[in-house]
Amino acid sequence: MAEVVAPNQPSGDWQGKYYHVDQVLETPGPRTSDAFAAGDQVKGFLRNQSKILVIGAGGLGCEILANLALMGFKDIHVIDMDTIDISNLNRQFLFRPKDVGKPKATVAAEFVMQRVPGVTVTPYYGKIQDKDDDYYMQFNIVVCGLDSVEARRWINATLVNLVDESNPDSLKPLIDGGTEGFKGQARVIFPGVTSCYECSLDMLNKPVAFPICTIANTPRLPEHCIEWASVLEWPRVHGSKKLDTDDPEHITWLYNIASTRAQEFKIEGVTWALTQGVVKNIIPAIASTNAIIAASCCNEAFKLATQCAPYLNNYFMFIGTEGIYSYTFEHQRRPECPVCGGETIDVQIGKEWTLEKLMEWLLEKQDIQIKKPSLSTDGKPLYYQGPPQLEEATRPNLEKLLSDLVPNEGEISVTSTSLPFTLTLRVTYT
Amino acid sequence: MIQIWNMKKKDSAAAKKKPKIGAAQIRVQKDLTELDLPSTMKTVFADPADLLNFSLVITPDEGMYVGGAFNFSFTIGPNYPHEPPKVKCTQKIYHPNVDLEGNVCLNILREDWKPVLNLNSVMVGLQYLFLEPNAEDPLNKEAAEDLRKNREYFISNVKSSLRGGAIRGVTYDRVQVK
Ligand SMILES: [Zn+2]
Repeated sequence: MAEVVAPNQPSGDWQGKYYHVDQVLETPGPRTSDAFAAGDQVKGFLRNQSKILVIGAGGLGCEILANLALMGFKDIHVIDMDTIDISNLNRQFLFRPKDVGKPKATVAAEFVMQRVPGVTVTPYYGKIQDKDDDYYMQFNIVVCGLDSVEARRWINATLVNLVDESNPDSLKPLIDGGTEGFKGQARVIFPGVTSCYECSLDMLNKPVAFPICTIANTPRLPEHCIEWASVLEWPRVHGSKKLDTDDPEHITWLYNIASTRAQEFKIEGVTWALTQGVVKNIIPAIASTNAIIAASCCNEAFKLATQCAPYLNNYFMFIGTEGIYSYTFEHQRRPECPVCGGETIDVQIGKEWTLEKLMEWLLEKQDIQIKKPSLSTDGKPLYYQGPPQLEEATRPNLEKLLSDLVPNEGEISVTSTSLPFTLTLRVTYT
Repeated sequence: MIQIWNMKKKDSAAAKKKPKIGAAQIRVQKDLTELDLPSTMKTVFADPADLLNFSLVITPDEGMYVGGAFNFSFTIGPNYPHEPPKVKCTQKIYHPNVDLEGNVCLNILREDWKPVLNLNSVMVGLQYLFLEPNAEDPLNKEAAEDLRKNREYFISNVKSSLRGGAIRGVTYDRVQVK
């Protein structure tokens, strides 16, 4: 009888554990890059050296974590700020009823470690914004499975900012997956090199919004009644008290108001869950779409880490609403992108320069052709051309020494009607 | 692990460090400092360092609302311009497209918002509401009815409301400036 190798060796590996994955790592194929180091080297990097960060441990995140662990990534970190809700259990398969209320990141990490011996998953229960550049610097690849535009914009901008000309390791590939119902996309972003998340912001489906007069006068759908409760009735009744869409009592209040309204107009279909869905702008999540998109993200992570096959360049779109449709294309960078576009100029400045002198210097620069520039530093105004009140408020700065307004190696954001993008000045005092 | 650095070197004008401030903030700086408003509109900043919260005063120089000064609050969220600015009228005014709580029915503030639009487009859109109030998209149904049924009567109601008069039991804010 064949001897079974115990899976609980220190490495967590047993013979043949990676038999299938090794088929693609042991020999170069016709399309592998010249840099592909078949055999122990690439396996060693994947299993013992690479460190990968997964952002989001929800519908996509559960799939991504499981895939990465099974493919042989062994040092995985995961961040998620949410706790498990009973409604997550239909698709977020790392969670069980006993886990409801616990942090997603922690439970997902424990589950994966138990299921896949030898893998370390380090959870962080909190916001991505809690972590600094040093934290993000430690990873080779970042994979995002998020449903929030705001969080994605943040991580995208952070990784673009992280790129340091003098340090090749500062360029962290970002793999971003997203799904909405039967639709989804996966993309590979090399911050500062290829089109970034911000570059493609206008491709997003915008949140559904109904005309406010329809909501007020001629509601026909349950959604109209719910929007009436949240957009019009909440502020009317509660004044400046903010609606907290995470507070069940607030949702219940809206639900009651919306139900009354629906009865009045003989509209059916207002439920508590729909109320929550509409105000939180929840798009139904389909487990299979998540699986497809997560698989595509993890394929890309695997290919970037091993170079065993060409990677996605750079946008994969999946539409499963009517049959199966997918399309892959190269999304172009936008030169005017506020995150990865624009230009940066290093400026050497004498200690005696005033802000006005800098402005004159800018206007004289032939290669920029700037007209009426407005300047700020670190989000604070330096000089604004308008509106009149702001021009007046910032005018006194013109006479001030620049060194009193901007620290050494500080940055100034310049916008102008003649520039479609933002110009950044990095100042050093001589 | 893939080396993208060589690819990047070819494109050295690319990736330069950006200031660590939000994309929304820079976009608002661009929108606001490049506003091109007629003399009938003026922005007011309670805190000139805070570009995300301010108000707009519209003083129409023609049309039925001439003589009034109308105040709107603007709140810009971190997802601007993906999401539109939040705009409310801070006074109780008699207008078919503005309700008594200050909600405004303007398509580009909700269903027709696009990131290529800017604050200037929103402000011009608001001013247009005072030149051409629209009875088809009512938020104040009585005012819309009045406009639809009897334009002269509606205009006299507008004049009275500007002076702080009451119409059908609703007392409007006095917004007359001349
Ligand atoms: Zn970009």
